[in-house]
Amino acid sequence: MKQLVILSGKGGTGKTSVAAAFAHLAHDGPSPIQAVLADVDVDAANLELVLCPERIETHDFTGGSVAVIDQECCDGCGICEQVCRFDAIQSTMDGYRVDPIACDGCAACVYQCPEEAIHMQPQTAGQWYRSESCYGPLYHADLFPAQENSGKLVTLVKQNARLLALDNNSHMVIVDGPPGIGCPVISAAAGADMVLVVTEPSSAGIHDMERVLQLARHFRLPTLVCINKADIYPAGSDQILNYCDEHQIEVVGSIPFDEMVTRAIINGEPVTVYQPAAPASLAISQIWLEVISRMHLELKP
Amino acid sequence: MIFTIASGKGGTGKTTIAASLALSLAAEQSPPPLFLDCDVEAPNAHLFLHPGLDEQQDVAMLIPSVDEARCTHCGRCAEVCQYHAIAVLGQKTLVFPQLCHGCGSCTALCPEKAITEIPDRMGVVERGPAIAGISFARGVLDVGEPMAVPIIRHLKKWAPALPGQVVIRDTPPGTSCPVVESMRGSDFLLLVTEPTPFGLHDLRLAVQVGREMGIPSGVIINRENGSYPALEGFCSENNLLVLLRIPFERVIAEGVAQGKTLVEIHPEYKVTLWEMFLKIRD
Repeated sequence: MKQLVILSGKGGTGKTSVAAAFAHLAHDGPSPIQAVLADVDVDAANLELVLCPERIETHDFTGGSVAVIDQECCDGCGICEQVCRFDAIQSTMDGYRVDPIACDGCAACVYQCPEEAIHMQPQTAGQWYRSESCYGPLYHADLFPAQENSGKLVTLVKQNARLLALDNNSHMVIVDGPPGIGCPVISAAAGADMVLVVTEPSSAGIHDMERVLQLARHFRLPTLVCINKADIYPAGSDQILNYCDEHQIEVVGSIPFDEMVTRAIINGEPVTVYQPAAPASLAISQIWLEVISRMHLELKP
Repeated sequence: MIFTIASGKGGTGKTTIAASLALSLAAEQSPPPLFLDCDVEAPNAHLFLHPGLDEQQDVAMLIPSVDEARCTHCGRCAEVCQYHAIAVLGQKTLVFPQLCHGCGSCTALCPEKAITEIPDRMGVVERGPAIAGISFARGVLDVGEPMAVPIIRHLKKWAPALPGQVVIRDTPPGTSCPVVESMRGSDFLLLVTEPTPFGLHDLRLAVQVGREMGIPSGVIINRENGSYPALEGFCSENNLLVLLRIPFERVIAEGVAQGKTLVEIHPEYKVTLWEMFLKIRD
């Protein structure tokens, strides 16, 4: 069982469109591969919007805790405000108050309050789900807006997808990752057998691709690149090819700019289902074959 | 006045619009605005505003350093640490810098005073003048470091606005802690979306964050291509003013890819964005 993690650095380069098409191609493609799907962009999870999933299980996700001051016991000494490094405690007309959004859950105030007037309260920070999609099992989650600990939720979703894949003898887990290079991305990339970076030939796309490739190198993860909207700025595509060539990273294909990709999203389908003959669909199908061959996945006849 | 450009979904055009707004204000107002690139994981605004980043400062978090000569391995530090960043194994106390949030709890509570704090670099903040007299500052997270929030927090303090200077903050995508830290203290949120189910789904979340933080917001619809009734319905049901609509044009996409702002591709947006600013301000 192997894990493919789709990343990009910059947001909006087409990770989810590629992941959705891969889900379809694994399920219905010329050489079926049994895959479990995981959407770990828990801040803004969109994969379910194009995979018509039916939710089978819903679980609460308890993230961190936040400090709560018991006003009855507080004598107003202000030590909590002094020890808080997250500017989460303020003196108000009604005594000291914790801003739950700013609170990092470190509990420094709890331990240092001489009156023992502060306690930690666990927060339900989101929900995670197991669903049955048109193209196999899907694990996904919603982190409630303005919550912390997205890395922890990413790990939870990924681990559950992995466990099911092992139980079912699935060939792979396809992970649709978050943008950026920080904590949720590091959690998403951990343990990947292959990282596929979806980039675009814009100055911003290239800049952020370089950062996510540095991250993959830092964690010694095997990495492939594909270029989305490749024809929107051909000089940018050349720049990507040169960069990857210099750093010995294989570019497994280019997807042309194709309005059908957006139309497919509006229609709630992977582009390879919505318009199999569209230029983008053909390109993604080719990239899929390259990716599974690089991952040495055994193909069933 | 602090304007923050956010979106939920990535790639909707936050940075292009933020940079274009900054250029539009710079042409109309003195002093020109202060631009803060708070997307420290994937900072891109410099590609559009070309700042000279001559001033730099490391951002470090204070992490514990244990003096083994004084440590009795009582385990109090590990007990108070909520992040499992310090552990006592037999006669050794181990620190895991990547898990540490720098809260200082272990240092303050060690009964032997065996812990001191040492700075651990996680990134850098940089600033300098950009085109059109814009003051520019950004944070950059070091590759491999997980925590963006302390850098954003540092950036906001390190680059304060002059009296009367408008601040424009560009933010990372998403809706969790880095976005919240970027929004904190803003007067207005400009939420950039695109007319697709992905754009709408993530706009919903961004609107919720703004609401929880008590910051008023307005919507910019980018890459409009025909009508998308679900988005219009959402905006009107939630009394969200659509402040600007930018049509899908291949020439815009090509220009942005080359590092051009909207006002360079279509100069008439200078006026449009200025009028939008006046409308929000009043």
